[in-house]
Amino acid sequence: MNGARTGTLASLRGSIARIEAPSEAAMPNRIALGHTSADAMLRGGLAPAALHEVFAAGHQGGAATGFIAGLAGRVSARKPLVWVRQDFSDRENGALSMRGLAELGLDPRLLVTVRAADVDSGLRTAADALACDALGAVVLEIWGHARQLDLVASRKLTLAAQASGVTALVLRIAATAIPSTAETRWIVRAAHSPPGNAACAWGAPRFEAELVRNRHGPVGRWIMEWKCDECQFSEPSAYPQPVAATPAHRPHQAQARTGHRLAS
Amino acid sequence: MVAKDHNAILLHAIDEAAVRAGLSIGLPLANARAICPELTVYDADPAADLKTLNDIADWCDRFTPLVALDTLDGLFLDITGCAHLFGGERALLQIVTNALSRRGFAVSAAIAGTSIAARTLTRTASGQIIADGAEAEAVGPLPVSALGADATITTGLRRAGLKTIGDVASRAPHEISARFGADFTTLLGHALGRGDAPISPRKPLPDYIVEKRFPEPIATDTVIALTLSSLAKTLVAAMDKQGKGARQLEASFFRTDGAVRVILVETGRPVTRPEMIDRLFRERLDALNDPLDPGFGFDLIRLAAGRTEIVVQQQRDLDTTVHDNDEISALIDRIAARIGGKRVVVHLPLESHIPERAALALPAQHHLAAASAAAWPERVAGEPPLRPLRLFERPEPIKVPFASVPDGPPHQFTWRRALHAVVRVEGPERIAMEWWKQDGAALTRDYFRVEDAEGQRFWIFRDGLYESELRDEEGRPVPANWYVHGLFA
Repeated sequence: MNGARTGTLASLRGSIARIEAPSEAAMPNRIALGHTSADAMLRGGLAPAALHEVFAAGHQGGAATGFIAGLAGRVSARKPLVWVRQDFSDRENGALSMRGLAELGLDPRLLVTVRAADVDSGLRTAADALACDALGAVVLEIWGHARQLDLVASRKLTLAAQASGVTALVLRIAATAIPSTAETRWIVRAAHSPPGNAACAWGAPRFEAELVRNRHGPVGRWIMEWKCDECQFSEPSAYPQPVAATPAHRPHQAQARTGHRLAS
Repeated sequence: MVAKDHNAILLHAIDEAAVRAGLSIGLPLANARAICPELTVYDADPAADLKTLNDIADWCDRFTPLVALDTLDGLFLDITGCAHLFGGERALLQIVTNALSRRGFAVSAAIAGTSIAARTLTRTASGQIIADGAEAEAVGPLPVSALGADATITTGLRRAGLKTIGDVASRAPHEISARFGADFTTLLGHALGRGDAPISPRKPLPDYIVEKRFPEPIATDTVIALTLSSLAKTLVAAMDKQGKGARQLEASFFRTDGAVRVILVETGRPVTRPEMIDRLFRERLDALNDPLDPGFGFDLIRLAAGRTEIVVQQQRDLDTTVHDNDEISALIDRIAARIGGKRVVVHLPLESHIPERAALALPAQHHLAAASAAAWPERVAGEPPLRPLRLFERPEPIKVPFASVPDGPPHQFTWRRALHAVVRVEGPERIAMEWWKQDGAALTRDYFRVEDAEGQRFWIFRDGLYESELRDEEGRPVPANWYVHGLFA
């Protein structure tokens, strides 16, 4: 009886290990963001071939756009980028400026913009684009609450991303988070420039990025600075320590599982 | 039918009963009423007439791609090399006349070696077929009015005693040209089979056409899709022999009741694979606002390559960039087929210092190569971003209560009903409008990069230079308008 139970447990553990195996194996090709503590929390960086969501805090479209442009720049690695944008988002937050993109260190030549009339057509176009493995990343920008962007839709995007290896990035402005199959979810707001002389303090873009969902690890909150010349994120230059305490209340599940496997 | 001409209401068109009653076209309505009091009168509608004629021409597309409109009531069909597909000239003539008569049109048709000879024949009798070289004989006995020349010429000829075309042809050409002009001589020559005027078809002739006819009309989506893919295979096989690929594809669906639906798909680079054509049409058909309505079924589906290009074969296996470029343009074509080519754009730099004119969005299908080679201004290393990431198409007005110095930056501003306290400012960057392009209406802008208390960064500007540009008619300074033009990351 006891032996049988141990045997069942062992086989169950084995099957769990097999299910978990692909995600464990995918660790090495993670793309580092450049921000040390965030990368550590993400176990090496952002997972490619997955869905990541960026929510703008309130209506702060500018900062969230900058952050997702940074993520896209990191993951696409000089490959073309498709940016699917809802028409309404253009009117509400302004169109993406090519000069502005170039100023962030990204290449406007690699950008193809799709102006989708509504959420449905945007979703469909994004899923189509994700099937094309020649792309570096696909950004889907949706304004406001979108009923269509439910679990089924995000599952479709995730599957398409996994099949082709293209990273899916979803930018949501003026929206609240609903359950999805995203690998990570960020809430981004603008951060202050470092204290100093008001006249010459204007510096690199700064974001207060809060990681609120991480499928394979704990969450956190950091001030990140975007280095336009190096095209990567980094710790803020004038704040050596994080402004907010990291809410590390979530146990590190993956770590725990590894322990189990070793024991069994 | 009546139409108003120089303030007189004249008969525009009449039916056979009216002809029997002794009426003729051009008669004033009052006279016609006097002759025949029980006349039923309708207003003429030339626009609707033209539309009907165009619909008939669409229907005629099934016989030949070369269909031309002739004035207001005629159609030319160039059936060179087509007639045998319908069982010969006589059978074709029969099909056309019967089909149109069944729909209630009065048809008069003829086949001849030249378009003008055929038209002249239709004016008097229907159903004639004249072999090449026999035009003069056939047209000779017809009245001069059948030529369709100006009314003044026709009257002139009749006054001169030349009643039939044969009479006119028997005179020396120089006499006729001296009296009625060279144009009329040419017309006469064409009618007699000497020389031919080219017709101007309504649509340019596609480079390749394949089509499939159905004895039994088809209506289901699956059969339509199957037909399209088999047509695509045939089309590609034909183009492949000459090393061509299609840039523009046109599928025409001919309904049994005469309606024709044409669906156009454009591609960024030449298409050479049938499955690609298949997929493009599937996307397009799925996304149609008014879906394809088969009604009682389609009896002819045609696929034409409107524009083709020579395909340059490239080594695919080793060079991954070639493969990637192909993949991307195929993706762009697919998206464009569904949501429209203008919605998929690439960006090209423009030589302008005005922020909103610094980039141009162009359809990706046609400008992908140009965009990937575009030269964008280099960013200055070590500098923070000087231009915002998001730019409003039209700057949004903001409320600025006061500025410490008249031409300085504001301390706070209200944008979209929210108050933003300015914490940091960088500027001004002065951008003058293109005064050499327009009159003095546009004002110089002073741009400031500002950060508010929350850390959001805006690109705001004051429209107009303080005191020098901003003055009312009496020369007193007026307060400036402020706008937010973009958002920094």
